[in-house]
Amino acid sequence: MAAQRTIRVLIAKPGLDGHDRGAKVIARALRDAGMEVVYTGLRQTPEMIAEAALQEDVDVVGLSILSGAHLALVPRIRAVLDDTGLADVPLIIGGIIPEEDREPLGAMGIKGIFGPGTSTDDIVAFIRNLSGENHA
Amino acid sequence: MPERSADALVADALSGNRRALSRLLSRVEDGGQPACDVLAQLYRHTGSAHWIGITGAPGTGKSSLVAALARAYRAQGERVAILAVDPSSPYTGGAILGDRIRMADLSGDPGIFIRSMATRGALGGLADTTRDLARVFDACGFGIVLIETVGAGQNEVAVAQVAHTVVVVEAPGLGDDVQAIKAGILETADILVVNKSDLPGAANTVRALRTTIDTGHPALKTSWRHHGQLLTAEETPAPAHAPDEPAWVPMIVQTVATAHEGIDALTGHIHAHQSFLKNSQSHGTIERARIHTELLDKLRDRLLDRLLNALPASALDDAIDRVANREADPMTAVTTLIEQSSRTAAPPRPESVL
Repeated sequence: MAAQRTIRVLIAKPGLDGHDRGAKVIARALRDAGMEVVYTGLRQTPEMIAEAALQEDVDVVGLSILSGAHLALVPRIRAVLDDTGLADVPLIIGGIIPEEDREPLGAMGIKGIFGPGTSTDDIVAFIRNLSGENHA
Repeated sequence: MPERSADALVADALSGNRRALSRLLSRVEDGGQPACDVLAQLYRHTGSAHWIGITGAPGTGKSSLVAALARAYRAQGERVAILAVDPSSPYTGGAILGDRIRMADLSGDPGIFIRSMATRGALGGLADTTRDLARVFDACGFGIVLIETVGAGQNEVAVAQVAHTVVVVEAPGLGDDVQAIKAGILETADILVVNKSDLPGAANTVRALRTTIDTGHPALKTSWRHHGQLLTAEETPAPAHAPDEPAWVPMIVQTVATAHEGIDALTGHIHAHQSFLKNSQSHGTIERARIHTELLDKLRDRLLDRLLNALPASALDDAIDRVANREADPMTAVTTLIEQSSRTAAPPRPESVL
C-alpha cells in the first residue's frame, strides 16, 4: 500500500461577479490532469475561502475574478488565509487582470497570474510545480 | 512544510486544532504506513459519535438535506462533521468536489467541519478511506458525522457497512413502483426521505415506498449487511437481529430541505433509530458483523498489495499478454500469478528448513 499524494486545489470565486465559466473550465482541466478540485460556487467571502482551504487541506488556492475588484479582494483574502494559519498555501489568480496590476498583485503574494488565452496545460504545470515545492 | 510526526499531529488534532485535524484527514486519506500509524493512536478515542449515512440518486437533494441536518444538530448543541463524497474520474483519477456549493450557509460556524473527498477508485458510493476519516472526526469530538455518498444508482450500498443509521433520499418523479421493489439501495434504508415534497407526485412516491416496506418486511433487515459484497456461505455473518426481537421498520419522512421543512421530524426518527440500536439485544452482533466486513476488506487490500509487490517485475504484463492472446484464461493466469508470487515471497533458506 504505497502512500500516494493527490494534488488538491480549491477553486473559488470571490466577490460579486457571476461569471463562473472560466472557473469551471479550469476546474475541469485540473480534474483531467488527475487533481482533486474543490469548487465552492459563486460569491465567496475571504472568510469562506479560508475556511474551505483549511478544511479541505488544499495545496493551492485558485481565485477567479472577472469583476475588476482583484486589487481590493486579493490582499483581504491573503490576510485572512494567513490569519487562519495558512500562510504556506499559495494563491494563484485567473480572470481579467490588466498588465499594470500584475506587479502589485505579485507584491500582495500572488504566485501566478493567468489571463484569457492561457493554455490550461501551463496552469496544470504551474500548480504541479507549486505543490511539489511545498511538499518537497 | 515539513511532515509532522504522527504523535504531534494526533495530539494537536485531539486538542481542537483545526489545521492539524485537516492534515490528519489527508494523512489517513493518502493511506500507507503513515495512515496506519495515526489510526492506531486514534482508535481508542473513537466510538462515541453517531454516524449517519445520506445516500440517494443524483439530484434528490442530498447535499441540501445534509446542510439542513447539520443546522438542526447545531441547534441541539452537537458538533457536526460532514464527509461529502464525489466520484473520481476512472480515466485520470481527478475529481471535481462540488458538494460545498449547497452548504455555503454553514460557513463560519466553528462547530461544523466539512470535508470533501473523492472515491479514488472505489465503487460502492464511498471511498475506501471514508470509514477511517469518520473515525478521525469521531476521535476529535464530533458527536454527529454526516456521510454523504456519491449520487447513487441502485447498487451503491457501501454506506450500509459504515454508517450506523442510513437515510435514503428519494424525490418525486424519479421512478415507478417497480423501481421501488428492486433489490439494492432501498433495502439498506433505516429511514426513507421523500425530499422536494413540495413537488407534484410526492404522495405517489410515499405510497410506492410504503408498499415496498409493507410487503418486504421483516425479511429485509436480515441480509442488509451483505449487499455490495460477494460473501461465500461460510463468510456470511449471523442475522442482524435476534429472532424473537422486533425488527426495525424503516420510516418515511417527507422533507423540503431547502425550506427546512420536515427536518426536525427526520432528526427525531434518526434519534429513535439510534436508541433502537443501543437497546437492541443484537447490538453486539451488528457491531461484530461490521468489524467482520471491515477486517475482510482490509485483509483483502493488504494481501493484494503484498502479492503484487512479491511478483517478478514483468509477471503481471506477461499474464495480461497471455490472456489477451487467448493463450491462458483469466482464472488460470491468476493461479500462475499466485504461484509466482509465493515463489518470490518466500525464498527457501536452508537454515529455516531445519
